[in-house]
Amino acid sequence: MRAGKALRGVALALAGALALTACGGGDDAGDGGPAKLRMTVWSANEAHLKLFNEIADEYKKSHPDVESITFDPLPFENYTTTLTTQIAGGNAPDLAWVFENSAPDFVSSGALLPLDETLKKAEGYAYDDLSPATTKLWQGGGKLYAYPFSNSPFGVFVNTDMVKKAGQKTPAELIAAGQWNWENALATAAASAAKSGKAGLVIRDFDYKGWDNLSTFFTGWGAQAWSEDGKSCGFNSPEMVAAMTALHKGIFTDKALPGPGTTADFFAGDAAMTVTQISRASLLKDDGFGWDLVPLPAGPKGNYAVLGQAGIGVMKKSPHADQAADFLAFFTNPANSAKLAQFFPPPRQSLLTAETLGKTNPKLKPEQLQKVVIDGITSGVVKPSHAGQAELSQQVRAGLDPLWQQNADVKAVLDGVCAKIQPLLAK
Amino acid sequence: MTGSPTDTRTGPVAKTGPAPGRPRRPWWTSHRRDQLAGYLFVAPQLLGSIVFVILPLVLVVWYSLHEWNVLAGTFDYVGGDNYAQLAEDTNLGGVLRATGLFSVGLVVFNLALALLLAVLLNQKLRGTIVFRTLFFSPVVVSLVAWTIVWGFLLQDNGGINGLLDTIGVAGPNWLRGEGTAMLSVVVVQVFKNVGLNMVLFLAALQGVPAELYEAAEVDGARRMRQFWRITVPLISPTILLTSIITVVGSLQVFAQIAVLTQGGPGTSTTVLVYYLYQQAFQFHHFGYGATLSIVLFAIVLALTVLQWQMRKRWVFHES
Repeated sequence: MRAGKALRGVALALAGALALTACGGGDDAGDGGPAKLRMTVWSANEAHLKLFNEIADEYKKSHPDVESITFDPLPFENYTTTLTTQIAGGNAPDLAWVFENSAPDFVSSGALLPLDETLKKAEGYAYDDLSPATTKLWQGGGKLYAYPFSNSPFGVFVNTDMVKKAGQKTPAELIAAGQWNWENALATAAASAAKSGKAGLVIRDFDYKGWDNLSTFFTGWGAQAWSEDGKSCGFNSPEMVAAMTALHKGIFTDKALPGPGTTADFFAGDAAMTVTQISRASLLKDDGFGWDLVPLPAGPKGNYAVLGQAGIGVMKKSPHADQAADFLAFFTNPANSAKLAQFFPPPRQSLLTAETLGKTNPKLKPEQLQKVVIDGITSGVVKPSHAGQAELSQQVRAGLDPLWQQNADVKAVLDGVCAKIQPLLAK
Repeated sequence: MTGSPTDTRTGPVAKTGPAPGRPRRPWWTSHRRDQLAGYLFVAPQLLGSIVFVILPLVLVVWYSLHEWNVLAGTFDYVGGDNYAQLAEDTNLGGVLRATGLFSVGLVVFNLALALLLAVLLNQKLRGTIVFRTLFFSPVVVSLVAWTIVWGFLLQDNGGINGLLDTIGVAGPNWLRGEGTAMLSVVVVQVFKNVGLNMVLFLAALQGVPAELYEAAEVDGARRMRQFWRITVPLISPTILLTSIITVVGSLQVFAQIAVLTQGGPGTSTTVLVYYLYQQAFQFHHFGYGATLSIVLFAIVLALTVLQWQMRKRWVFHES
């Protein structure tokens, strides 16, 4: 009798728990009413969200079947982790912004809805206007799984005041003299750092952890993290060893780059130069120091460009996947792409002109836009990405850590990186 | 068995009609009312425990038997494959070593410092209350805020090395050296929580009868001998309590690692909780992550049981 009572109690408690968990899922799935769309984005910038909402409001006017469109900003640092946790928790968004480093995982998983048909049949969409270089990463089996929404090339921002004070030629002068290469760039950075007591050149977001940002450096030596097919490690290639040797010398011998554990923010005036995406131009203050934006310096293999990308995909399991895809077609049509271009360089070739981009990027001069943005998007290589990128990236980071010591054996460390990641690449 | 016409007991018999001369006992008795009140009082806590503790624990076991691909939306039963993977995981040895190192470092430093502070602040001197407050205050500070501030202090060009520089010492790059990174994380955690153990020790010290020390003094025992022969045995229940709390807490360290080192340099500070977070939430191996959390659960359980069993051997005074 006593056991029976206890069992009844547990059953009651479990029923309560189930009722509570059932209450948690406030989705409008399958209720047949107007759709409530949600899109996760990394940006919480007010100007970005204002523009997104304006486009969404315009869409809703002509689409009564869509009740609301919400843009849900997630913190940049943990964006992909938060997104996948939402998906795991049964709270997946209808549309999601996806970074280039997780593109292979999302594209190959089948989590995203193919977009080709919807985009091609959308009125006035001009699908063929999309630059093939920008869609490559987002395709699988001949289908497009995410729209390459933001295509932001890396360039070098220069604090011209600091460089001039050190008695150095500015990068613009070096470009004019045909001498803008990494050797001279690092020498300029080292001299500026020595004179100012601040940092020389900062590869932004690297901080001795985000190694994929080093692709802005080693690509100049013709080095790659892994082969084109993603099967073989490229870290111990002669090109990578040469690039990392030059970087190590720049950090520990010439002091051209701040060492590990030292923070320096270019936009706060703490460094002479920084390698970062052009979208960071918004961080420059009008009354701050004199600045310039120039393309990446040439490496031993000549001129090159590196690109960071973000795509927008529609979650296949969304109860409103078709409506979400239709909204994406509207969100990225030629007219809206032109509006969004002020923040996010578009993949549309017709919009990739200095004149068009200049209208919405008042801080950048036409030649800066042409050399860094347009040439970068059309000819650049995208930052390294691979299926299982997070695990690979972690192994590379741990493997590279011994390199950031004064007396590191560069070749031995890079051999160690390959020993760590080759089994993952071969999977 | 029940309800036969000859059965004169109360209860089910009553269904056949009241026994002559005996009043029917009401179902809603004060005893039942008290029982209901008791259940209602514990219900919120019970419900919370079931939903947020017991149910997830059961689900973790279930997940550990599956391969869950979040992006593809597949959830396949793999039996003991995730457990077999534990043996093949080349990183796990280093992770367990780092976890052990952190726990041992934390327990030794924390308990020793807490006891030392408690003994010092148990003296009848001016200003001890100020120092007690000072040492306890980090306990109530937000853990992440505390860790972020220490992150700045421990940078190569940060406050600690700036201080060392003033006395002509070139400090190491604390968070980037394989040896110093773990030491830094331990020290940050010790300073964060030493106040809690200190207060517990203080309370225990104040419970030691003064006449025992007086008697020992009469017998000619010196201060150190008094400490080891009187103080330690009498506060041993508190030593047990603080060691259990500290060991269990040390095995659950996460925020400090995530903020300060992200498991590096190399994998020198990748402790078990951080590793299972990486596996589950960063690498999307939810099944294997769940398996690692069961390993953690087993370790915590085993250590707690061991400590509890050992109390008979080294707790001299237990009320």
